Amino acid sequence: MTKLCSLSEAINQFVQDGDTVYAAGFTHLIPFAAGHEIIRQGRKNLVLARATPDLIYDQMVAAGCAKKVIFSYIGNPGVGSLRIIREELEAGRLEWEEYSHYGMISRLQAGASGLPFFPMKPTAAGDLERSNPQYRRVIDPYSGQEVVTVPALNPEVAIVHVQRADAAGNAHIWGIIGEQKEAAFAAKHVILTAEEIVDEEIIRSDPNRTLIPEFIVDAVCHVPYCAHPSYTQGYYDRDNAFYLDWDKVTESREAVQAWLDEWVFGVKDRAAYWEKLGAETHDRLKVAPLMSTPVNYGAY
Amino acid sequence: MTFTAAELMTVNAARLLRDGDTVFVGVGLPNLACNLARRTHAPGLVMIYEAGVIGARPARLPLSIGDPTLVSGANAVCSMYDIFSLYLQRGNVDVGFLGGAQIDRFGNINATVIGDYGRPKTRLPGSGGSMEIAAWANRCYIITPHQKRRFPEKVDFRTSAGFLGGRAERAASGVRGGGPQAVVTNLGILEPDETGELVLTALHPGISVDQARENTGWALRSHGTIRITEPPTAEELRILHEELDPQGIHLK
Repeated sequence: MTKLCSLSEAINQFVQDGDTVYAAGFTHLIPFAAGHEIIRQGRKNLVLARATPDLIYDQMVAAGCAKKVIFSYIGNPGVGSLRIIREELEAGRLEWEEYSHYGMISRLQAGASGLPFFPMKPTAAGDLERSNPQYRRVIDPYSGQEVVTVPALNPEVAIVHVQRADAAGNAHIWGIIGEQKEAAFAAKHVILTAEEIVDEEIIRSDPNRTLIPEFIVDAVCHVPYCAHPSYTQGYYDRDNAFYLDWDKVTESREAVQAWLDEWVFGVKDRAAYWEKLGAETHDRLKVAPLMSTPVNYGAY
Repeated sequence: MTFTAAELMTVNAARLLRDGDTVFVGVGLPNLACNLARRTHAPGLVMIYEAGVIGARPARLPLSIGDPTLVSGANAVCSMYDIFSLYLQRGNVDVGFLGGAQIDRFGNINATVIGDYGRPKTRLPGSGGSMEIAAWANRCYIITPHQKRRFPEKVDFRTSAGFLGGRAERAASGVRGGGPQAVVTNLGILEPDETGELVLTALHPGISVDQARENTGWALRSHGTIRITEPPTAEELRILHEELDPQGIHLK
């Protein structure tokens, strides 16, 4: 069954005010186009969960979409501070809930597995565990030793960008796979965005590469270049210059608003955004091919 | 000949790595140090990145922890859950590199907040992977500029465990890793003594003990004879500047 629809339709149907949203992707495949569409549609009071909020949540917080962030690292990767989120936290205008990467990912793992919580070995550091009451300790009934636990995270919606998917939502992902699969299985609804929509036969030609099966997917959106300024392995490079520029843009709220006006509200969709970036940027982000050796599944 | 702080820290950190080590690498100077070690004395170094990449052979300088160059040509790629559980928690990581805004007398690290957690004066990025790396890697190394504000007697927030209040406290906690083994700065090297307190064990050429003391927030002691580090060699500098960071992004 085809679930193809526009990203605008998918956001309209599956992201509501107040929802907990997990836009997946550790540095790789971050669905910026979906973040921008949520901003354009004026969603409010969202709980934005991501291990690394990255620029996508900095932009959504700047646009007033969020009441809370759940995270494990709020930096601008490779650059420094995520200024908007940082200022909002320091000013007490944004709620937050904080974990280490492992704690954050374990929450998704529990959510994705249908478990109420997930255990981890203690780390001895202590202060984050004391600061966030969602961290608890229980006794391992087998050894009698304490383990640290975090509760399941089951977002209302996960947004997952992939290299290619069929119209039903079976998705191939390669490169850094971060928490894509766990976020999709943990969420109540899944919006898939894909660089390419391919025939079912292409998916079936390499089933080990399918991380997300169709029956957990609600919407499939064909959104080339969805991840810019992050990247899609094999399709286009990370726009590191953009990450550096954002650090400058966010020195003033006026500049941030001007940026949102031009690059989010000023474009209809991702195709218009990509076009607006221009040929120089397109060329700069091109990547030369490096093919894997095909594997033989055997014709049984 | 004089060397920059970045050159001194990178070269001396690289020399701490052993051939065959499995290293949890971070971006910036740790990445340079690991790649330098692999091109010199540790060709069997296995570089693991927290984004889930194992045995990376980056063809260019990775500018973020999830740079695509880490993936192309790597041994394996796995999920974040796998990297932190199968690799780190299970005990398959020899070395972790850490940094932070504050490192205290017992090697505990603050990467979270300056001031009160609930009402942050300065909000920092937070743990990322460092809480677990500090606990579970067999050995940890810290690379940081040597400044008084970075070396307080006690950190404002303990993001990652060093020796807590001393070696006995870390041992009693039951965490599997050996804790911080060395802090490499632009002035020299600090290492934990038998109590877990960081003491001065080496100085870079031309640096005095007083300089190190003046830039440390606790009464920095020295242990035995203070070694003078070997200056970076021409070959080490060539690899760093020509092969690893030709644009001078981290070495400027």
